[in-house]
Amino acid sequence: MTFAATQIDPDSALNDALARHASEPGALLPILHDLQDAVGHVPARLVPVIAEALNLSRAEVHGVVTYYHHFRAEPAGRCLLQICRAEACQAMGADALLAHAERQLGCSSHGTTADGAFTLEPVFCLGLCASSPAIMVGDELHARVTPQRFDALVAEQRGAA
Amino acid sequence: MNFKVFVPRDSAALAVGADRVARRLAELATARGLDLHVVRNGSRGLFWLEPMVEVQTAQGRIAYGPVTPEDLPGLLDAGFLQGGEHALRLGVTEDIPYLAKQERLTFARMGITDPLSLIEYEAHEGFAGLRRALALDGAAIVAEVTQSGLRGRGGAAFPAGIKWKTVAGTTAAQKYVVCNADEGDSGTYSDRMTMEGDPFMLIEGMTIAALAVGATQGYIYIRSEYPHAVATMREAVALAQAAGFLGDDVLGSGRAFHLHVRKAAGSYVCGEETAMLESLEGKRGIVRAKPPLPALEGLFGQPTVINNVITFASVPLILARGADHYRDYGMGRSRGTLPIQLAGNIKHGGLVEKAFGVTLRELLYDFGGGSASGRPIKAVQVGGPLGAYVPESQWDLPLDYEAYAAVGAVVGHGGIVVHDDTANLSKLARYAMEFCAIESCGKCTPCRIGSTRGVEVIDKISVDNNRVHQVKLLRDLCDTMLHGSLCAMGGMTPYPVLSALNHYPEDFGLTTPASQAA
Repeated sequence: MTFAATQIDPDSALNDALARHASEPGALLPILHDLQDAVGHVPARLVPVIAEALNLSRAEVHGVVTYYHHFRAEPAGRCLLQICRAEACQAMGADALLAHAERQLGCSSHGTTADGAFTLEPVFCLGLCASSPAIMVGDELHARVTPQRFDALVAEQRGAA
Repeated sequence: MNFKVFVPRDSAALAVGADRVARRLAELATARGLDLHVVRNGSRGLFWLEPMVEVQTAQGRIAYGPVTPEDLPGLLDAGFLQGGEHALRLGVTEDIPYLAKQERLTFARMGITDPLSLIEYEAHEGFAGLRRALALDGAAIVAEVTQSGLRGRGGAAFPAGIKWKTVAGTTAAQKYVVCNADEGDSGTYSDRMTMEGDPFMLIEGMTIAALAVGATQGYIYIRSEYPHAVATMREAVALAQAAGFLGDDVLGSGRAFHLHVRKAAGSYVCGEETAMLESLEGKRGIVRAKPPLPALEGLFGQPTVINNVITFASVPLILARGADHYRDYGMGRSRGTLPIQLAGNIKHGGLVEKAFGVTLRELLYDFGGGSASGRPIKAVQVGGPLGAYVPESQWDLPLDYEAYAAVGAVVGHGGIVVHDDTANLSKLARYAMEFCAIESCGKCTPCRIGSTRGVEVIDKISVDNNRVHQVKLLRDLCDTMLHGSLCAMGGMTPYPVLSALNHYPEDFGLTTPASQAA
């Protein structure tokens, strides 16, 4: 996901999410999704607020936030770049593509570029296994990605920012 | 004259520019004053031809592909709207050999209809199964599914009818139907295609299950890596609800079924059914010990039917046409068809629905056309990251649950990942252990610790740090994981590791098959 520089207020985003989901059975994941979709991460200071609203312990909420790869406790760069590392993509050069991405961006997997433009994440399967290697730039999917195509996509993002 | 053109909306088409093609086509139609209706259909599953654009003509639908926005002016000049000749013309879609050779039962509508059109769905046999189910009692629905021989398509291959019967036989204030759409296996995308390309089929299958067992609430648990599937499924549920196919009074029957779409959060192990239940309950996706079976104590402690997307999606046709129609396909105890997914280093990757019994060689060469790189195919992983690497000596086995089990392989969810001769199987074995270490839920020791030790041991084998001894250690470790893990995550990680070691010992620096004796 790509996030604008001006962010939605996390507290009001959480209130909205709680209003939508708090009465559902097993509401924690839907609430965390809505919060992260709105503000880009799950701020640690909101963990106790969520816990109280759902009658859970802080440990339980913290446990869920940290268990799932999708949830982030810290904001990502302005654009999230996900490169598939699963077998079908490996068979078509995903390892080399990831290494290329690390070199070009100057950051390693799970890292964010110095200018805060990109966060690079490995991902395990985008379901594009017949058109590998596959990546996701923000919320856009790209298949059969060569290093040249990757560079063009990164340049496009930098141009758009 | 008005023209009907189909540009797929499947993720795999979008990822190679289908949206840009659709936009450019609309612009050109306006500029040229053409009366053009663009339908965003699902994908036919011929992914090397995506974006594959089809036009409706008097001779049927004619396909062109792969089409880029730059090709469109030339295509229009060539009269492609009337099926005109062009270098990208593939002929009548149904006659493309890749499609013509298939047996599409579950995927019969795929790529043909607008996924979110209830009218088109019903015009193509949609909801015929549900209407028949509404006229039957629960036991008769269960009997039909049992007779069809349908087994769980998620990988475990447990007979669906028996699972449903267990839930139907319980007494509880609330029962649930849960669809496991956490399709995390590399090389698999049939669930994704179904949700994006024919979502009402899944809704219909789950509703029939609910009627069969007496459930009134249902959940579809979809992985977060599938944003388009989540969005399409949510839209489809809302449409079905508004049209009376879901809700308090399904088609005026007085029976209720409420369906909810839940987004997962990037944990592979949540594809294990009990971890998925924990996740739906809002907890960490930690595997539960069985028993109790989820059929008796599942979601929120209540009796729950859990099946994979393709299992539920197979049900409407079984009800509509009868159990025998489905059971007549297949071989042995593997009845019906399997939507097989060709992936990785393959020239013609895509969805091939065939009756059980097809061989890997037919799939790799008759359908797949060999490797994408043009190099010899070296290894084929069947059944996802926890499936075995199948060497060429086994490519003539029929795809059948029992035949594969007999050689220590698995059919799983029908994903087939092809590697050419540049692949190093010790590296892939190491990756399998690394993946297990990253994705283990941590509850049981063989999986949590064993996977990390597995990576270390394979590293020692690679650099020949007492190699023969380390190979013995790796086999011992795999034995412990295989027999001591709580679920398939740790319990099946040895499949790719041991198959790599047994069939490709040279990649581990072992020269003779004698190493297998260890």
